[in-house]
Amino acid sequence: MERNQISSASDSNSIQADVLVIGGGPAGTWAAWTAASEGAKVILVDKGYCGTTGATASAGTGIWYVAPDPTSRESAMASREALGGHLAHRDWMTRVLDRTYANVHLLSDWGYPFPVDDTGHPYRNSLQGPEYMRLMRRKIKQAGVIVLDQSPALSLLVDAEGAVAGATGIHRQTGERWQIQANAVVIATGGCAFLSKALGCNVLTGDGYLMAAEAGADFSGMEFSNAYGISPAFSTVTKTLFYNWASFTDEDGTVIPEAGSQKGRSVIAQTLLKKPVYAILDKATEEMRSIMRKAQPNFFLPFDRAGIDPFTQRFPVTLRLEGTVRGTGGIRIVDQTCATAVPGLYAAGDAATRELICGGFTGGGSHNAAWATSSGYWSGQAAALYARSLGQKALQRQVKQAGTPQANKPTIDPKAVVEAVQAEVFPYDRNYFRSQSRLVDSLGRLDSLWQEVQTTGQDTSNDPTQVVQAREAAAMVATARWMYRSAIERRETRGMHKYIDYPELDPTQQHHLISGGLDQVWVKSQPIANQTEDLKVLAGVGR
Amino acid sequence: MIELVSASRCIQCNLCVNVCPTNVFEQRDDQPPQIARQSDCQTCFICEVYCPVDALYVAPDADANVVVNESTLAETGLLGSYRANVGWGAGRQKQAQQDQSFHLLKKL
Repeated sequence: MERNQISSASDSNSIQADVLVIGGGPAGTWAAWTAASEGAKVILVDKGYCGTTGATASAGTGIWYVAPDPTSRESAMASREALGGHLAHRDWMTRVLDRTYANVHLLSDWGYPFPVDDTGHPYRNSLQGPEYMRLMRRKIKQAGVIVLDQSPALSLLVDAEGAVAGATGIHRQTGERWQIQANAVVIATGGCAFLSKALGCNVLTGDGYLMAAEAGADFSGMEFSNAYGISPAFSTVTKTLFYNWASFTDEDGTVIPEAGSQKGRSVIAQTLLKKPVYAILDKATEEMRSIMRKAQPNFFLPFDRAGIDPFTQRFPVTLRLEGTVRGTGGIRIVDQTCATAVPGLYAAGDAATRELICGGFTGGGSHNAAWATSSGYWSGQAAALYARSLGQKALQRQVKQAGTPQANKPTIDPKAVVEAVQAEVFPYDRNYFRSQSRLVDSLGRLDSLWQEVQTTGQDTSNDPTQVVQAREAAAMVATARWMYRSAIERRETRGMHKYIDYPELDPTQQHHLISGGLDQVWVKSQPIANQTEDLKVLAGVGR
Repeated sequence: MIELVSASRCIQCNLCVNVCPTNVFEQRDDQPPQIARQSDCQTCFICEVYCPVDALYVAPDADANVVVNESTLAETGLLGSYRANVGWGAGRQKQAQQDQSFHLLKKL
């Protein structure tokens, strides 16, 4: 069989690969590229289009690219440790900084058009979304990866021992079902932003979490899931850098004390609970304004189109939930290869926990971009080696869908479920600021919703949009339950988790919270120290 | 949300149908694509960047429908403005190359 070519199995609806990558954003494309570079036959499926999907493609991002001199590296690692509640790991930060540095240079070699700074050196700390992701699509296709767009995965396949062995899904334009048998699967489906319309985030509905949990994977840090991004109230553009030069005011222009983009975002949330908040970028100098336009043209799109000059005119702002996209929780990984607790299953990018480099507070796009390229690289490499170790005969395994097969009768409207979940996770006085009474209250309703979605979770409806949306709704309910169950168990305030019943950091809770389960959600603590024990380098996969 | 597929500009390449991350468009025979699932539009503007003839317009409003006038959009330069800003299309310099963010980050 020709390298990288899909072979048809006896079942004509089933195709085979060594490695299946689910998700075509930065993490997924890096995983696909390294797996293919290891000689694996790779298929990448995406719910949308690899190149435009995910938070990076439409938004763009900084990247945690730090020159390998000890002083710069030390200050890069130290800068956010306290903010993250001392839950990050120096060994992981070190290897992510190393890997990111190398990968950014690969991007440069591949022709990414980095600008030149005023000293004449390439400036490599920022990536324009459409450019970066178009390049990644081209690179993986050149490497022989088969890309299936508009093809959301719906369930993982597992073998008799419970190892992950592929996935099933649907082409959401033709309605055709697909089944891919693969020796290893990388989940790179991003985080969950609950259809909040934060920029580029509506494809990020926790689908990968649900599939992974059905196969037996668990999560870490799901209490760190309440990131909110500032946007103009009417708009989706949650790009926040330029709000460092904003004044936040009442409608009449009275400045709201302490409100700000970074440290004062809580003040904005508290104020929004009572009244509208306005912003004006009046602290940007004339010279900065033209630089801003060149740096982030999408920031200015909504203003230009609404006829607002954000430098001279006040505009209303809101905070859109970015959930675990900019939170740090996600699928728990158990070693340096980004393997999950389930054999054959790897997790990369925002789908995986980013506590390892950020602790309990987002490092923003910069850290997430570094994590995506690094974890993508490692997971793809490890998945290829694992697939090779199983050999071709593994493709003959008897496989079945992970999880309990559900009833096929759709009884409720997925849009109604989504709205019900949003009512629990959007409000600032439930999620931004958490309290035990409200978490308990929300969980009661979310647990009931979970019972309801069980009948829609595996819809066999002929309308592919309905099938996909039912699955997204179920994933959002499940995600909210892991979030709030974990939040209740962290009885302190640490990182982005603000618990009004426990407003102080408690040194005895400097641990990770691991969660999982579907019908019964569970949470347990994992001491920080144990993490290093888990960090075993598997043969052949290192930095 | 997406508000316009210009019938006069559209060349029926159906690229937008393929690239939309939230599957908003639907391909039709001998006609421009239809905006079939407008409420699923996430207002990410990226379809505009891929449209080779600037036939698409995404209004900035995330939730509200707005009425747009194609000739006004064309006259005010808004049709295709994002693709021009990103620097895609023949004879344009890529915006990525002109990103001077470092000047701003120095001031933080």
